[in-house]
Amino acid sequence: MSEEFILEMQDIVKEFPGVKALKGVQLKVRPGTVHTLMGENGAGKSTLVKCLIGMQHVTSGTVIYKGKKVNFKTTQEALDAGISMIHQELSPVLERSVSDNVWLGREPKKGLIVDRKKMRQDCLELFQKIGMSLDPDEKMKNLTVAKMQMVEIVKAISYHSSIVIMDEPTSALTGTEVEDLFQIVADLKSRGVAIIYISHKMEEIFRISDDISIFRDGEYIITDRAENLTQNKVIELMVGREITDMFPKKECSIGEVVLKVENLCSGKAVKNVSFDLRKGEILGFAGLVGAGRTETMETIFGIRSKTDGKIYKDGIEISIRSPEDAIKNHIGMLTEDRRGNGIIGILSVKMNSVLANLKNYGFPVNAKKMDADTKLYIERLGIKTPAMASLIQNLSGGNQQKVLLARWLLTDPDILIVDEPTRGIDVGAKTEIHNIISELAAMGKAIIVISSELPEVMGIADRVVVMRESKITGIIKRSEMTQEIIMKYATLDTETQAEA
Amino acid sequence: MSVKQQKRLSDNIIWLVLIGLVVFMTIANKNFASIANMRTLLTGEAIKGIMAFGVAFAILTKGIDLSLGAVAALVGGITGALVQPADLATRALSGGIYLPAAVSILLGILIGAAIGGCIGAIIAYTQIPAFIATLGAQLICRAAAKIFSNRPISNLSDSYRFFGSGKVFAIPMIIIVFVIIAFLAWFILVHTRFGKSLYAIGGNVQAARVAGINVEKNMIKVYVWCSVMAAIGGILMAGRAGSSDPSTSGLNYELDAIAAATVGGTSHTGGVCSITGVIAGILILGVINNGLVLMGVDDNMTNILKGAIIIGSVVLDMRKNIRKT
Repeated sequence: MSEEFILEMQDIVKEFPGVKALKGVQLKVRPGTVHTLMGENGAGKSTLVKCLIGMQHVTSGTVIYKGKKVNFKTTQEALDAGISMIHQELSPVLERSVSDNVWLGREPKKGLIVDRKKMRQDCLELFQKIGMSLDPDEKMKNLTVAKMQMVEIVKAISYHSSIVIMDEPTSALTGTEVEDLFQIVADLKSRGVAIIYISHKMEEIFRISDDISIFRDGEYIITDRAENLTQNKVIELMVGREITDMFPKKECSIGEVVLKVENLCSGKAVKNVSFDLRKGEILGFAGLVGAGRTETMETIFGIRSKTDGKIYKDGIEISIRSPEDAIKNHIGMLTEDRRGNGIIGILSVKMNSVLANLKNYGFPVNAKKMDADTKLYIERLGIKTPAMASLIQNLSGGNQQKVLLARWLLTDPDILIVDEPTRGIDVGAKTEIHNIISELAAMGKAIIVISSELPEVMGIADRVVVMRESKITGIIKRSEMTQEIIMKYATLDTETQAEA
Repeated sequence: MSVKQQKRLSDNIIWLVLIGLVVFMTIANKNFASIANMRTLLTGEAIKGIMAFGVAFAILTKGIDLSLGAVAALVGGITGALVQPADLATRALSGGIYLPAAVSILLGILIGAAIGGCIGAIIAYTQIPAFIATLGAQLICRAAAKIFSNRPISNLSDSYRFFGSGKVFAIPMIIIVFVIIAFLAWFILVHTRFGKSLYAIGGNVQAARVAGINVEKNMIKVYVWCSVMAAIGGILMAGRAGSSDPSTSGLNYELDAIAAATVGGTSHTGGVCSITGVIAGILILGVINNGLVLMGVDDNMTNILKGAIIIGSVVLDMRKNIRKT
């Protein structure tokens, strides 16, 4: 039995403070195959492979690799044992050459001196092996993302890896580059290397996978041969969970169009996005991580520069070049990265609340009004804080998020964009935030909610816009919403959809 | 000790240090606490103190200003030259351009504002580190001062010297100016939108931008404020000495100003600054300078002690911040 698998992971449990990321999952990989891990964002795929390569450490469970029980403490140990990973976010040393990057930290030496000639020669041999033409002396920064990825693969091969893990390797590649990558994958396979492949793209998964394992919410669902599965079956298994009654949706009358976006573009991140938003409406934005939802909103809000397209508010075209302009036009945006560009940790709850509204406190600033406004929203949103002078960094995530909501509500926006409003927040606070959003819509505000949690989007949105690869692939009415339809739009190519 | 008491202690520890130093110096030297010596101490520290209020704004926004001393020398030189007697043989400006003191001083402040505007615009729009931008500005301004006049500018008019060396009811004018500027700096930081924005920019520049704060505009204002403080410092310096030497006046003053702001708890990681703290920082360094001179301590020993205090205060400050996160 164990002869058949090169890797067997059993009963893997991984706990983070407050969260069980993996709840006893398994993974069995056969040598010389492509084994794909599938699941929604947060299903536990990345955590699982990180535990395998020693980037994170399992809470419990066994890992058997080549018939021996292993427990890698560091990625270096895993590498030396023959398991390498090509990360989604590449981290090459841009100012150094290709061969420097391949041999980084283990340069061959002649006495005390690095043997550059050998480095170069070995590099060329490796390139030849996988049929790739690249100058080992080229500086890394001059390469395309695809070429950089190839270098990473070469690096993996140079360790004589038996398992190569690829995390979303095609997310930054063009069509022909993807073909090149698949060629290399096939070549590795033929030499007995097992590939653990993580991707959201259905069509490519069914092209290259031998086995598929599906995960959901940190649990192992099933492993099967790819030929026994269909795309629809996979989607069903990925999302198959019940929607709990966490999402109290208030019925409210939907009014006239307040925001109209036409052919909005921002470089490669946002491509010809058009939609409209009505008074009292909650418009959900669904899609996989990196589908361009955040980027679209950042463009509307002036954080990211618009390269083309038009934005109309109440029927009049508006020009937004900075968040300052957006706020003037009564648009607010609760950003996704609460710590990065949301809270100012070392300032008080009060300063964090009034920050976007400073213009309205006069000269000199009316401290009494600031206090009154903060107090009002601490009560209205139920913010739990010892005092309004307390530093926001000492509050829980949920309460920080509420302070940020207060910040935007104080600007009295007509349109409020909330990006992943409940990420990293405990369940109780989640429901409270959903309630607030619903009430705001009932008060006649127009709201855009970006969320990677399908039940959340479906629970509170009147319509859902689905994005994939920087484009809108579908707009779905509440009456027609199912998780399967949304996932289909989020993962499938438009051509494949036509066939389906 | 309760958390609240601990916080009160750590907020006020700087004043305890200052009181401790004053008590020590008073006991160690009977002349220290005299009115005459206090006046010497305060007039001696006022100019660096004014510059400290300037650079504190830059540090608050994670910046720095190394050009203060050089800007002071340039502005002191130009304004001084404009108030030299028209018939003076060694006059820096030929052609007999002569301005009333008030106009000259106003012009000096405007020159400071213009220099600061340029520095601020470079920092805000090219995003080069403030350290580099102001280091460059320091070299340029010092050189400009020397080009403007290669010898000391002296025989300045009495009305020009009023702010630097005059007295009102036995209080040196220079101390009055210091107090007014301290109040102004406090008012700006605590009671204006500009001040509030600076804390936000220093605390988290991305968050400040997303909250609609115009970061670039505010950064320019910060360096205008810095250079205006340097200009006022330069005018007071020239007025106090009665002359201005382009190659030595204000030399290394920016370092003392940075030290005072730093000892006063202004955090180089941004977002933390209080004017009362900066005042305490100025006084602590002043008391050490003055007291050790009275005690006849060697100049080098004084500097070693000052260096240790600057490093120690930042170590303490960092530890405070680490504990918070």
